[in-house]
Amino acid sequence: MSVIDSTRFDRLREFARPDRVFDFMAPAQSPVDVRHGPILYLEDVSVSFDGFQAINRLNLTIDDGELRCIIGPNGAGKTTMMDIITGKTRPDHGQVWFGSRHNLLTLDEPQIANLGIGRKFQKPTVFEALDVTENLELAMAGERRVWKTLLARLDHEGQARIDEVLETIGLSGERYRLAGVLSHGQKQWLEIGMLLMQRPRLLLVDEPVAGMTEPEMHRTAALLTRLAGQQSVVVVEHDMGFVRSIARQVTVLHQGSVLAEGTMDDVSSDPRVVEVYLGGDEEAA
Amino acid sequence: MTTQTFLHERDRSRQAFLSRSTLLTSLVLIVGMLVVLVLNALPESSAWHVSNATVSLLGKYFTYMLLALAVDLIWGYLGILSLGHGAFFALGGYAMGLYLNAQTSPLPGWQSIMTYFPVAALAVLLAPGLLALVFGWLAFRSRVTGVYFSIITQALTFALMLAFNRNEMGMGGSTGLTRFYELLGFSLASEGMTVALFVASGMAVLLAFWLCQAITVSRLGRVSVATRDAEARVRFIGYRVDHVKLALFVVSAMIAGVAGALYVPQVGIINPSTFAPLFSIEVVVWVALGGRATLYGALLGALVVNYLKTVLTGVMPDAWLFILGGLFVLVTMLLPQGIAGVISTWRGKRRDGEKQDRQEVSA
Ligand SMILES: Nc1ncnc2c1ncn2[C@@H]1O[C@H](COP(=O)(O)OP(=O)(O)OP(=O)(O)O)[C@@H](O)[C@H]1O
Ligand SMILES: [Mg+2]
Repeated sequence: MSVIDSTRFDRLREFARPDRVFDFMAPAQSPVDVRHGPILYLEDVSVSFDGFQAINRLNLTIDDGELRCIIGPNGAGKTTMMDIITGKTRPDHGQVWFGSRHNLLTLDEPQIANLGIGRKFQKPTVFEALDVTENLELAMAGERRVWKTLLARLDHEGQARIDEVLETIGLSGERYRLAGVLSHGQKQWLEIGMLLMQRPRLLLVDEPVAGMTEPEMHRTAALLTRLAGQQSVVVVEHDMGFVRSIARQVTVLHQGSVLAEGTMDDVSSDPRVVEVYLGGDEEAA
Repeated sequence: MTTQTFLHERDRSRQAFLSRSTLLTSLVLIVGMLVVLVLNALPESSAWHVSNATVSLLGKYFTYMLLALAVDLIWGYLGILSLGHGAFFALGGYAMGLYLNAQTSPLPGWQSIMTYFPVAALAVLLAPGLLALVFGWLAFRSRVTGVYFSIITQALTFALMLAFNRNEMGMGGSTGLTRFYELLGFSLASEGMTVALFVASGMAVLLAFWLCQAITVSRLGRVSVATRDAEARVRFIGYRVDHVKLALFVVSAMIAGVAGALYVPQVGIINPSTFAPLFSIEVVVWVALGGRATLYGALLGALVVNYLKTVLTGVMPDAWLFILGGLFVLVTMLLPQGIAGVISTWRGKRRDGEKQDRQEVSA
């Protein structure tokens, strides 16, 4: 017992070293071209649902390797923005580019995912009838065609990556449990783990710490900050403490468009932001 | 939500191709077949003798079990509820029917190619396979799912029923195809043929069971279960859900076609009533009763329900539909996992009991 514990502890300590970059986290090959500009570029994007303007002339630029936080009151359009980027919702007009080469509006969800855009949903969505390992296995970057999937076997390399990710998300002890019986926080972690298995170039993370305890939140913060640099990360979050702990650049969304952008201090002192969002929230916190 | 939830762990041993349930199911099928053959070989005076009529009836059950497997593969593991699988079964049956007809009198026009067994065998796979390919491609590409998909499969089989009822189709109109005498040069009326068809059907069930087992334990099988439970999520990790669905739908339709082809010579007729929407719904009830998402459950369901049907329609012919409906309602309310659910709960309890015993011993 104690042997296992101490190796696990070493691993954790190892993992906490900020300078250490793990291979298994490095993005898989993605054809995205970022030599001449940002990795994600939204211009003048609008979408309305039955006349309700959910996204209104939204402009957003994410640089390669950036960690960006997006905040905004309920219904500001944060999730809808992610739906547009990942191909779930088509905007009424506007442009969405991934790097300088890929026009995301011409691609569907699997194509966009395979270009290297990974997404964590607001409501954690894992495959409940499969166990934790299988969830990670399905998300693992690699062959996606039907025939190849039928013949695919989990090789040593794949197994090793799954083990590493399990360690990272703290679910090594739950590897054979059904995802459906995990706690809310564990499901969140599992979904983050699935993102890591995909090794995307761009991660869209919708409310990752909802339902997490304080220590879990710290671990998530550490993980996301470490990912940034090699990968670009866009985080939507309501928890101001969390945003403050990871944010470099913050974008405030309000009624479907950008209200303010800058460092956390910049935006939190912006009177318009205080009015629509932070004021109420800070009081509540 | 699954039967195994109370175990909190997925039974890993069932994921291997050679799992206990695969071996057990295969064994039961093989031993069952051998027993029937031995009993059939006993002299007629013996109390244990199984008549040719019974062998033929069991052969028919095998073809229903095959059809149930086909439905379970896509409904249980992929969440596609087809209420039109009878259409694929019937197409396989008509292909075989044409071949059998061609053995006695030459068929007109294009149908004459069905004289040759290899062509007919190919048609048994291709006719349902191509229909499934085109139909599935249109439906899955435009993301028709759930109850909408089920409704259009009903419409499909209904439309085919109307078409095959017309004499202009050259498929015997409302009478269908009948007057079958010879298969591969052997008389259909012979005793050897009855046994051969029974064995062929049993082998087909075994092979299809292995095929489905191989698919469901593969990574593709896990992708399909994932699709069943969270389709959008599967797309966002990069799988083409429409391709997965199309592939399994076509495989399933082909299995149904083979079932139909084996059914026809044993029953001696194929007519448009096989396309009837009600028949396809019945098939789904077999699978639901047996337990969807377990292959042996589908096999068991088809066998049990059809045996009941044979017995009960003899006693009270008009009541069968009501009994079937009642059974279906009862099972969905009381045993949502069907017979297989009862078995696995029972096995799980026993396993938990064993575990507890061990713990008590070690404590
Ligand atoms: N498919 C849809 N049909 C109709 N209305 C929609 C749809 N999707 C989103 N909306 C509406 O668009 C608005 C923006 O929703 P969105 O989910 O993007 O907000 P959000 O910023 O993510 O909010 P939250 O913080 O609550 O998650 C909401 O008013 C929502 O009701
Ligand atoms: Mg949201």
